[in-house]
Order: sequence, then C-alpha cells, then structure tokens
Amino acid sequence: MAAEYAIELRNINKSFGSVAANKNINLKVRQGEILALLGENGSGKTTLMNMLSGIYKPDSGEILVDGNAVSINSPEDAKKLGIGMVHQHFKLVDIFSAADNIWLGAEQKEDSSAKTKLSKVFLRKDRFSEIEKTAEQFGFQIDAKKLVKNMAVSEKQTLEIIKVLYYGAKTIILDEPTAVLTVQEIEKLFEILRKMKAQGHSIIIISHKLNEVLDISDRVAILRKGEYIGTVNTSETDELQLTELMMGKKADLNIRRSKIEKKQPLLEIRDLTVKNDEGAVAIDHVNFYVRGGEMLGVAGIAGCGQKELCEAMAGLRKIESGMMIHEGESIVGLPPQKIIEKGISMSFIPEDRLGMGLAPSLSITDNMILKKYKQNRFNPFIDRKTAKKDAQEIIKELEVVTPSTEIPVRRLSGGNVQKVLLGREIKAKPNVLITAYPVRGLDIHSSYTIYNILDDLKQKGVGILFVGEDLDVLMALCDKIMVLCHGRVMGVVHANKTTKEQLGLMMTGALDLTAAEGKAVGIAKDSNIKEDVQ
Amino acid sequence: MNQMEVFTLFLFNIVVYNIPLLYGTVGEIIIEKSGSLNLGVEGIMAVGAIFGYLIGCSANSLTVGILASFLCAGLFGIIFAVLTVTMQANQNVTGLTMTTFGVGLFFFIGKGLSGSWPMMTAYSNINDGFKNALEIPLLSKIPIVGKAFFSHNILVYLGIVIAIAVWFYLNKTKTGLRLRAVGENPGAADSLGINITLYKYVHIILGSGIMGIGGYYMGLNLGGSFEGSNCWINGYGWIAVALVIFANWSTAKAILGTLVFGFFNTLQIYSGPLANAFPDSLGFLAKIPPQLYQALPFIITALVLIFASVNKKKKMAQPAALGLNYFREER
Repeated sequence: MAAEYAIELRNINKSFGSVAANKNINLKVRQGEILALLGENGSGKTTLMNMLSGIYKPDSGEILVDGNAVSINSPEDAKKLGIGMVHQHFKLVDIFSAADNIWLGAEQKEDSSAKTKLSKVFLRKDRFSEIEKTAEQFGFQIDAKKLVKNMAVSEKQTLEIIKVLYYGAKTIILDEPTAVLTVQEIEKLFEILRKMKAQGHSIIIISHKLNEVLDISDRVAILRKGEYIGTVNTSETDELQLTELMMGKKADLNIRRSKIEKKQPLLEIRDLTVKNDEGAVAIDHVNFYVRGGEMLGVAGIAGCGQKELCEAMAGLRKIESGMMIHEGESIVGLPPQKIIEKGISMSFIPEDRLGMGLAPSLSITDNMILKKYKQNRFNPFIDRKTAKKDAQEIIKELEVVTPSTEIPVRRLSGGNVQKVLLGREIKAKPNVLITAYPVRGLDIHSSYTIYNILDDLKQKGVGILFVGEDLDVLMALCDKIMVLCHGRVMGVVHANKTTKEQLGLMMTGALDLTAAEGKAVGIAKDSNIKEDVQ
Repeated sequence: MNQMEVFTLFLFNIVVYNIPLLYGTVGEIIIEKSGSLNLGVEGIMAVGAIFGYLIGCSANSLTVGILASFLCAGLFGIIFAVLTVTMQANQNVTGLTMTTFGVGLFFFIGKGLSGSWPMMTAYSNINDGFKNALEIPLLSKIPIVGKAFFSHNILVYLGIVIAIAVWFYLNKTKTGLRLRAVGENPGAADSLGINITLYKYVHIILGSGIMGIGGYYMGLNLGGSFEGSNCWINGYGWIAVALVIFANWSTAKAILGTLVFGFFNTLQIYSGPLANAFPDSLGFLAKIPPQLYQALPFIITALVLIFASVNKKKKMAQPAALGLNYFREER
C-alpha cells in the first residue's frame, strides 16, 4: 500500500449558521486499523463523518484519501473513493428486499456482454442469488428476498455493512452502531469488524461508550466541543483518561445508588394487556409493582412494548385487559389529567426526542404551563408568574444551558430539552415517576446529572420506573430490573446480582425466569407474581 | 336499438368517456412515486387540453395535438418542480395553486379565442360512435364486449399502453427501482448517489405530460365549446387524485379503477337509454334525478378518501416520503 494513512483530514472547518460544529480538525486514519471517534454530544463527531461521506461540505480544509487530495461533494463521490458510512438511522428503503436495497446503488461491472447490457436497464430475477453469493464471500449469511421492514435491527445493520462492502468501500464509518443492539449482538458486530480489519479495511467507529471503545479500537481520537483534542493508543489508555480528555475535567464514573427502606407497593400492574397502533398485542399479560423508594429498571430491545406500557400507565392508551392499581385505587380508564393529579408522572423521550411531552415551538415557561393550566379552575387567565419561577428553578437545579426562560424549546440542544421535560415532571411532585430513555443520546455529564436527580427522588420515597437501553446503567442505577421481550415479562432480577449476559439472554427471549422453579439466586420474587402481594 | 346494442354502447361509453381519468391517474402515480404530492392534476390537464386542442386543430393533426398537449403540460409541470423541489415550497399549497392557475389559463385563452377556433377535419370528434374506431383483429369480433372494448380510437389504446408501460417501468427496471427509493426514503437514495433533484424533475415533467394528453382527450370530446363556466376537465383531475389511492399506486390497477369510476360517471349520461332498453329491470334508473348521477363520481371519490384514511394501518403502497420535501443538510 502506498500511503500510510487511508484518510487524512487537515484543518477541517464547518459551521451551521453561527455555530461552529467543527473547528480546525486534523484526523488521520491508518490503513487497516479501527479508529474510535469519541466525544460528547455536540462535539461534532457525526458532522465530521458526514463530510467524509459527502452529506455535508466542509467550509474549509483538506481531505486526503490514500495520500491524494480529493474533494467530496456528494455521497456518490464518497462511494467512488471507497468510503462507506453506516448511519445511525439506517439508510434503507423499508418496503424493498435486502437485494433491492443493495442494487439501488450498485454500479454495473464493465462488461459488454448482452446480458450485462440488459441488466443495466432491467431488474434481473437472479439478483437475489447473486447478492447472497456476494454476501457469502464477505462472510455473511443473508436472506436476500427478505423485506427490510420485516428485519430486526441487527439484521438491518448487517445489511448496511454488506451494502458498503458491495460498493467496494475500503474505509467504513459506523455511527454509534451499538446504540440499538443487545450485548450478544454487539459481540457479533465486533467480530465482524475485526474480520473486516483483518481483510485490510480501515474502520472508523463513532461512540460515546467507553468500554466498547476500549474493547474494539486500536486508537481513539477525541473531539471536544468541535475541536480535535488528540489521538491515543487504546492499549495505553483507560476509561478515566478518556473521560478526562472527552470532558476536559476529571469525572467520577460511579453511578450513585442509595439504599433506602422500601415502602409498600405504590403502583401495581396485574395481567395487563395492551395493543399497539397496528392492533397487535404489545404488552402481553404483564405483572409487576413499583414500591416507594425503589427504582425498577425496564430492559428490552427497542420496540418490545416499552412505549405502549408507559402510555397505558399514563392513561394515553386504552388497555385490553388487566388492572392498574395506584395506592389501592384502580386507575384503569381514568383520563390522563386525573392520573397526573394522583401523582403519577410520565416522561417519555422518543427517538426524535421532541415528539412527546413538550411543545417544541413554545418557550420553557409555556411548557411548564402545559401541565398546570387546570390548577386554578376559577381563573380563566394563565398564571405565568409561577410558571416562570418553576422554569427558572429547573434551569438552576438541573443546569439547563439556555439564554432565557422564553426561548422556544426546540432551539435548545437535545440534552437540555430532556432536562426541561424531566424537570417539569419532578416539579409536579409525583409519587410515581415513569421515565423512559431519560438519557437517550445524552453525553456523560448530562447523563450523570439526570441519574443523580432520579436518585434524589428515590430517597424522597418516590417509586420510579426507569425504562432504559444501556444495561450498564440499568445495573448500576436501579434496584431491580424487569426484562421485556416482545411484550412479555421474562423475569425481574436484582440489579446487583445479575450479569449483562443474563439480561441479554432474557432480552432475546432465550431465558425465561418466570418459568423457573424454586428460588434461584438473583431472581426477585416479583418474577412470578401469582398471588396478592400486599 | 335492441337491448344488446344499448348494453354494448353503454360499455363502450364507459371506456370512451373515462380514459382521461386513466391518463390523469397514471401521471399522478408517476409523480407521487417520486415523493411529490401534486394536487394540480386538474390544472395541468386543463393546460394540456387547451394547448393540445388549439395546436392540434391548427395543424389539423391528431399526432401534433398529442405531442403539443404532452409538451405544454410537461412545461407547466416544471412550475411545480421548481417551486417544490428547488425552492422547497409546500407541496399541497403549490398543487392547489397549479389547479387555480391552470384552469385560469384555460379560460383566459379559451374565452379570448372562442369564435375564431380552428377546426380539425382529420379527426373531428373522438367520441363519434364506432366510426373512427381502430378495430383490433379477432378480439373486436367477440359479441357484445368486442365492440365495447376492442374497437376504439387510438388515444384509448395509447392510454392503456402507457399505463402498462409505466407499471413495467416502475416495477421491473432499475431506474424504476431508484425512483421508488426516492419516494420512499430520499435520504437513503441520496446516500447511494442517486440524484434526487433530477429524478423528481424528470418524473414530475413526465407525469404532467401524461396528464396533459388526458386533458387533450377531453378537449376532443368537448372541444370548442365555452358555454357556461365549466372547464372541460370538469373535476376529472380531482377524481384522478382519488383514483391513485383507489388503485393503491399501481398503474395496472388504475386501468380497472378507471372502469369502476367510469361506470358511475357514465350512468349520468346513459341512465335514460338503459332504462328504456331494459324497462323491467333497470326502469328505476330513469326515475333517479340526474343531479344524483352527476354527484355520484364525487361521492364515490369522497368515500374512497375516507376509506383510505380509516384503513391507513393496512398494507398500503403509499410512498413513505410522499408530500415531504428533501433537503440534504437538514438537521
């Protein structure tokens, strides 16, 4: 190989409006290495990679591929230069088969035979077997006829990787590839990446999960607030040093979990069945309870009924059967307003972060009012004063970064939006807090702020249901973890007595503790609720 | 006329009066498959009608008329493409504007020139019974249906050929696959190096052109008459928008859909003769007030739209990115 570096970035700048996303970035990727790109939210990782893949154009700076200066003006240019990117949100057409998704962008090999000429225009029937054959050469087994919409997340990711390999990518960029995978799937992905590295591919992997970065990469490049901090060899570093480089200050990486005396169950769910928007059963005869001063984690692969469960408990979704009892009273069929008055608060952070709970174009103050407008029934006017005071308190307590209480929520960064939402739910002084993905997409610092807020609430005796994605966090923060698989409870385990492997098996449905006999170590007795738990 | 002849003529008229719907629907399907919702079908057909008729009559040639209507409507469609694709304007509003503008242009030219119309002698009236028909050998000899379905003017066959060709293009060619990807997930298509802007422009123009031929066809039926305030297109463009949904975005199913809608459309003109020819069984047709027949296609249109939105959860072929503008650097 001619050049030492597969990719070299020199003094790259990129601004969106007045915000500089990348400032004078220099980055080098060696041939055949796995380089991890580490940084907090808004540090410019994805922006930088989007410039390599042709989605954005740099304002200034130079890009060198294999030692030659190039200009990448479109995704097509990137493809021709052998750069392939697997985006965080997959770029797949749902209603197409695996083969068609690959064929969409496939260039025809130079060949003048009549068959090839025809296949430039028409879709050949043997395209499925051809794609399967090619995939096999790369070491993958796929069903080329399977439609993307019927695929699991990990299958889609595999398809994306096969796609970039099929187009002849030498350098492969993966944007937070592990965010949506289970532990077992992450292991499989890493195996694939190691194999690709052995074949001579250069790989850039974006992540903010330190343990994964240390596990897979050869070197780690760190960005902070749009600036390039440096590159370290993975073998010579550890989590503490990386965090320090990433955040610019020392950090305590231990999640606080206070032990406090548990109270009676505050919220009991019995035999709950809920259907999703498509009319299929999303939550299937689920039993559990949340006690005061206890945090119950909910683990599960995305789309296993977490959303439907939260919506049912908040009164937003009709339930098919079952009971929901709050402090001895049924809340089934109550309107959301009544449920809020009883002290049950729900904050759900959807994938796009803004879809539920907050009105994006209203200010922080106005968003406070959204949940309080009914407090004084006899006053037809809005009480802005109290709301503004609440907003200011939240900004102070939760360290929300905003110029004022009056700017539209949508102009805040993702982490700050989430703090506002959580802050409002806390301000309502709930006795049960249902929170789903509160740290979704947040960087380490913001995440820890939120963990501590939740723990403070727990100390006050609030029962918390924490729907999460990161197993490490669930295990460190929660008291118990309930695992959902396709809407069924696979069991409830004590967070300090379980392992990631066990949780992973339960998430995929391979291990069902509800069927286990006797009292096994680490299994909470809630796993098998049959009789009354009073 | 005996009963069978009346029945044959009824079937014949279903086809001959409603083929413009097929043109409109096929054109709209092409545009919607590229992810653009164009509500300007009515206006684009009106533009195709007036220019196709004028130029076609001046040249005294059907071919020139077809080409002129295709080109003029296609050019008119560029307005929609520039506004929505390049300038990222709202597609619904732009589409409605296209209708208003197109119909306005139609009246502006039509009322201005009426009285001094050129006449076409080579192909005076497309609706002229079986006189101008091109008979398909063998098939047209089948009793009843032969005369009804296989003995038509050239524009009927052209419409069906276009519908089938477009179906093949969308489903069996690579360009068609890419076009569908643009309509489903432009972000994905873009990341693969597909030129979104080019695909949208080409197919908006192509679809508009096909709609234009449909308008020209209606002009040949009603040409030269500007009495009253009705446009020649007379709401067919709106029915076409609904037919796209009825046909589930398949141009092949659109042929069938056209016949179903055509049935209700034709009842209004043909209820009398049918009632007279079949006094026992169909006598009631004549007693229904004609206004109901006139409203019938639009009632069905409304029902289709209601059904489609209630039935959203079921498997629909609606392009996922329909109505959404695409901007690569959007964050």
